[in-house]
Amino acid sequence: MIPSSSQTVGPFFKYALERPTWSDLTTDGARGERVRIAGRVLDGDGAPVPDALLEVWQANADGKYAHEADTQDKPGDPNFRGFGRACVDDDGRYAFTTVVPGSVPDASGAPQAPHVNVSIFARGLLRRLVTRVYFDDREDENARDGVLRSIADASARASLVAAREDATGELPTYRFNIILQGENETAFLDV
Amino acid sequence: MIATVRPFDLEPDGVQPPYDFPAYTSTQKRAPKRAPIHVAHSLSEITGPSFGANWSEPIASDLTHQGKGEPLGERIIVEGRVIDGDGRPLRGTLLELWQANAAGRYVHKRDQHDAPLDPNFLGAGHAITDDDGGFRFLTIKPGAYPWRNSHNAWRPAHIHFSVFGAGFASRLITQMYFPGDPLLALDPIYNSIPDAGARERLISRYDPELSQAEYALGYRFDIVLRGPRSTPLENRT
Repeated sequence: MIPSSSQTVGPFFKYALERPTWSDLTTDGARGERVRIAGRVLDGDGAPVPDALLEVWQANADGKYAHEADTQDKPGDPNFRGFGRACVDDDGRYAFTTVVPGSVPDASGAPQAPHVNVSIFARGLLRRLVTRVYFDDREDENARDGVLRSIADASARASLVAAREDATGELPTYRFNIILQGENETAFLDV
Repeated sequence: MIATVRPFDLEPDGVQPPYDFPAYTSTQKRAPKRAPIHVAHSLSEITGPSFGANWSEPIASDLTHQGKGEPLGERIIVEGRVIDGDGRPLRGTLLELWQANAAGRYVHKRDQHDAPLDPNFLGAGHAITDDDGGFRFLTIKPGAYPWRNSHNAWRPAHIHFSVFGAGFASRLITQMYFPGDPLLALDPIYNSIPDAGARERLISRYDPELSQAEYALGYRFDIVLRGPRSTPLENRT
């Protein structure tokens, strides 16, 4: 059977899909370094997108997904589900609180750099966009990562690497803007 | 030990809409211009969130009793299954739906359509699929509503569905339509799907067997999601 087609999430989903507690993946006390991943969603004019829905999916701090298909011999984390959802605000801003994931193998078994898988839904997107957040303080692992290496254009490659910002008294924040279109367009993935 | 990864089904051309579809005006500043980069499936794509075991909220599959009284409009039952490409049921997956009321108005602060809100209709629900991948909602038939895509444009009546399935790669948000709706032929969102057969699979089917006498009309709507490929094939690279 052929998969069902996608249709846009439209502009009027927030009242139905927003679940405010889902933007913090650490409320149950997950293992690992707690960080924020935050940024803005911008359109082809550089204007904020006020009606986007973002979802994240990631492995735990040891690089294991909370899913039966992940049979790696690594410790699970009963306090980490690995899934988050956030709606952007009127300025296109979003933020997740999570832990830095461990490394998981790629299709050939080689280690991938730690990354968070991201889905973006919005009015004007007939199907979701997919991208990944990588971490700029994991330079060596990023340099060997198969997905990053498959992106020929250096600025497109750099668009997937979030920059760490440390501020006293706050969680470290990895800044990750999502630019839907234009010269600084984020690299999107076909999964 | 390296976990074995069974990549998910590929989708035939024409099933998924393009990002850039000028007739749908909102794509013009939001559709990426560069082609997406192909990723061979790893654990990152074939795993995904599960909800069945730890879902703590009350299930909301009856949208007709969320207020003090009954909503206005035509009561309908929407029943179907969530299955993968091989027809295997996707049990325990989260299905969320939302819709306009009978007058074509959403409970959303940005919906400015000059049609009445219904104090007895919120228009949002969710369910976890049963062991057979099944779901059943009781709701009211949504109205068509105008939108500013072009002059005098109206969206056909539809219900939005959000569903997860087996892994990150199967995540889908779509819309269910109603048979015989004259607005379908004119709707750029519906017609963005290139393949006519794929488009028509988003139209629910009226099922007299599902209708409940003296109470509600029955519509069937199945959702097919990508799942692990049954026959080993080369991973597309």
